[in-house]
Amino acid sequence: MAKNNEFVKFDKVDKSYDGKILVVKDLNLDIAEGEFITMLGPSGSGKTTCLMMLAGFETPTNGEIYLDGNPISNIPPHKRGIGMVFQNYALFPHMTVYENLAFPLKVRKFSKDETDKKVEKALSMVSLSGFGSRMPGQLSGGQQQRVAVARALVFDPAVVLMDEPLGALDKNLRESMQYEIKHIHESIGVTVVYVTHDQSEALTMSNRIAVFNDGKVQQLSSPDKLYEEPVNSFVAEFIGENNTFQGEVADISGKKCKIKLNSGDEILANPIRVKSKGEKSIVSLRPERAIIDPDDKMDNKFTGKIEEVIYHGDHTRVRLNLLDNHEFILKVPNSSARMDIKLGNQIKIGWNSFDARALDPK
Amino acid sequence: MSSETQKILTTDGIPLEVSLKKAEKKNKIKAFLLVCPLLFFIIITYIFPIGEMFSRSIDDRMVTNMLPKTFKAMETWDGKELPPEEVFASFLADYRVLAEKKEHGKLGQRLNKEKNGFTTILKKLWRKMKKFEDGNAKEQIMAVHKRFRDVEYWRAIKRTAPPYTAAKYLKGMDMYFDEDGKIVQVEEDRRIHRILWLRTLEVAFFVTVFCFLMGYPIAHLLATLPMKYSNLLMICVLLPFWTSLLVRTASWMILLQQQGIVNDFFVWIGLVSDDNRPEMMFNKTGTYVAMTQILLPFMVLPLYSVMKTISPSLMRAGKSLGGTPFIAFWKIYFPLTIPGIGAGCLLVFILAIGYYITPALVGGASGTLISNQIAYHMKATLDWSFASAMGLMLLTGVLVVYWIYNKLVGIDNIKLG
Repeated sequence: MAKNNEFVKFDKVDKSYDGKILVVKDLNLDIAEGEFITMLGPSGSGKTTCLMMLAGFETPTNGEIYLDGNPISNIPPHKRGIGMVFQNYALFPHMTVYENLAFPLKVRKFSKDETDKKVEKALSMVSLSGFGSRMPGQLSGGQQQRVAVARALVFDPAVVLMDEPLGALDKNLRESMQYEIKHIHESIGVTVVYVTHDQSEALTMSNRIAVFNDGKVQQLSSPDKLYEEPVNSFVAEFIGENNTFQGEVADISGKKCKIKLNSGDEILANPIRVKSKGEKSIVSLRPERAIIDPDDKMDNKFTGKIEEVIYHGDHTRVRLNLLDNHEFILKVPNSSARMDIKLGNQIKIGWNSFDARALDPK
Repeated sequence: MSSETQKILTTDGIPLEVSLKKAEKKNKIKAFLLVCPLLFFIIITYIFPIGEMFSRSIDDRMVTNMLPKTFKAMETWDGKELPPEEVFASFLADYRVLAEKKEHGKLGQRLNKEKNGFTTILKKLWRKMKKFEDGNAKEQIMAVHKRFRDVEYWRAIKRTAPPYTAAKYLKGMDMYFDEDGKIVQVEEDRRIHRILWLRTLEVAFFVTVFCFLMGYPIAHLLATLPMKYSNLLMICVLLPFWTSLLVRTASWMILLQQQGIVNDFFVWIGLVSDDNRPEMMFNKTGTYVAMTQILLPFMVLPLYSVMKTISPSLMRAGKSLGGTPFIAFWKIYFPLTIPGIGAGCLLVFILAIGYYITPALVGGASGTLISNQIAYHMKATLDWSFASAMGLMLLTGVLVVYWIYNKLVGIDNIKLG
């Protein structure tokens, strides 16, 4: 079967609730069949609205959504055949786990035998076999979550939507559920559209991530690209940790540019969103790309003063004053070699200009 | 494992149980003191009056106290033939005591209820007994009136002997003890109470149904509308609570009368002709309309409080899983509102079953309920024991409804908020 790269297609979709503010602006998004795509963004960025439009609980103000080539704006939610996992699980509290899972099959008029078989299969997929007769209230949060996932998958939908499904779980459980959902996706190959505001969740689970802000997709790419190569300063700041320098382009030539910082120092950077001299820019540098005691090949070398040392177990986080930036963070792996990291010490820092991305000034 | 071997001691060597009791004693006393006012309030305003009502409803000591010697003498009498001389003598002695206290008229009234004709013969006896000679009471009394020679009348007196009677309860169900002490029904055309009971149940039932049909969508709207609209709607629902019951009932009288606003409107839109305006008041229609409006908040509020807790994502989940809006409502939303429906229906039914003012004012003859009958006996006939008996029957009815509800739905499945 040829993979359909436009299995779900948002075509110029706008959404406004009050006719004054656009919550979603000109959204164009193609989701491939079998893909795990995450909509990531701060609250109010329009990601949940997109999901609700896809599920059919909201209608686009303008534009059209296509599912497997067919426009779906006029199809009511119950005819779309899209599974959904809700933030608060939305298990039916008056039905047993079995009845919860059988609900989508019953309304589709499956026979009793088939229903039993499918429910059993779905429960074993989330390793909850034998829990069929329990009431949702008797299950722990993680178990309820798994029932919700099983219920959204039991009727073999083409697309499953997940709206911050792990938000209510504690950290350990959330992490193990992330893997579990990822494995389920890999084993059955269903298309998943996942909404979260937790960037680490998005990075670990997705094939592609759409970063939302202000009703627009800021960047749509694979997790590694998103992290390594953010295209603008919002994405750079939203995904992972980020050291920034504000300045102005002093010189630009090919793959390198010189940025004059507000402090007067000049650093070399990789021009991503700047094109000409005099443009304002924010330079973004991942903490782990800056190195203590740099070798000579690095083209940015400076000295900073340690202002704070925070112990994190496996690594130590060091806050420096570097080039007048008091928020410069450095991640130092925990090893006995680095005894000179003490409050007030001066240390040498360096990085490659390729890793310092000169982005838009916001 | 026996508790003897498992006794856990605290570090001070006191058994843990003792220590725990000591520690909790203070809290228990505090809790009891907090509950005390309510407990006394309930005892004084609820338990005690109900007990008083009960004793009043079965109390029949009047004759028992008036004719103590007679009843003592009657103990050995089998009631088949006329009683022996001893009974007549005791009766005469008792009656003389009553005549001195000028209470002999009351006895006549009371015995007349038991059997017609007592008033006349007792009055006659009162006049004649002044000239009675000592001894031979039986013959002298029998000479006063032929009814004293009828064994039925003596049996009637004997029937009044027990200090307690269920007669009032039977009367409430249109039944009575006949002359042989058997329970029989009153004649068909005099069975007014049974009609009232049935009508009360019917009105309460239909008012509950109407309240449910009207209240359910309102409560649903209240629970789902955005705050600014739902607040306004809530005020509309609560408005009746802020208006005096009497004012509301009176306004229904203005609205529903033949020349009233509703009829004017019907005529205006051409639903009825001007000379054929329907009667909507002083009959059951009026009772239904006014009671439904007045009791509606009692249905809406419990429903609302339950619906408010139902997450809208449940309905969405139902739809996204393939349920049509109707299936999602019927299989998911509706079952979750049952505790509210139960609470609301029970509340409305219980209130409706004992409703008084509204049916009294707009009910007319065909729209009055059992509560109006109770009030009538309280105020007009002063038969308080009968009123108490009917009140208790009403209370029992409510408890039966409660019991049925518990059997069907379960009482813990009720939610008032």
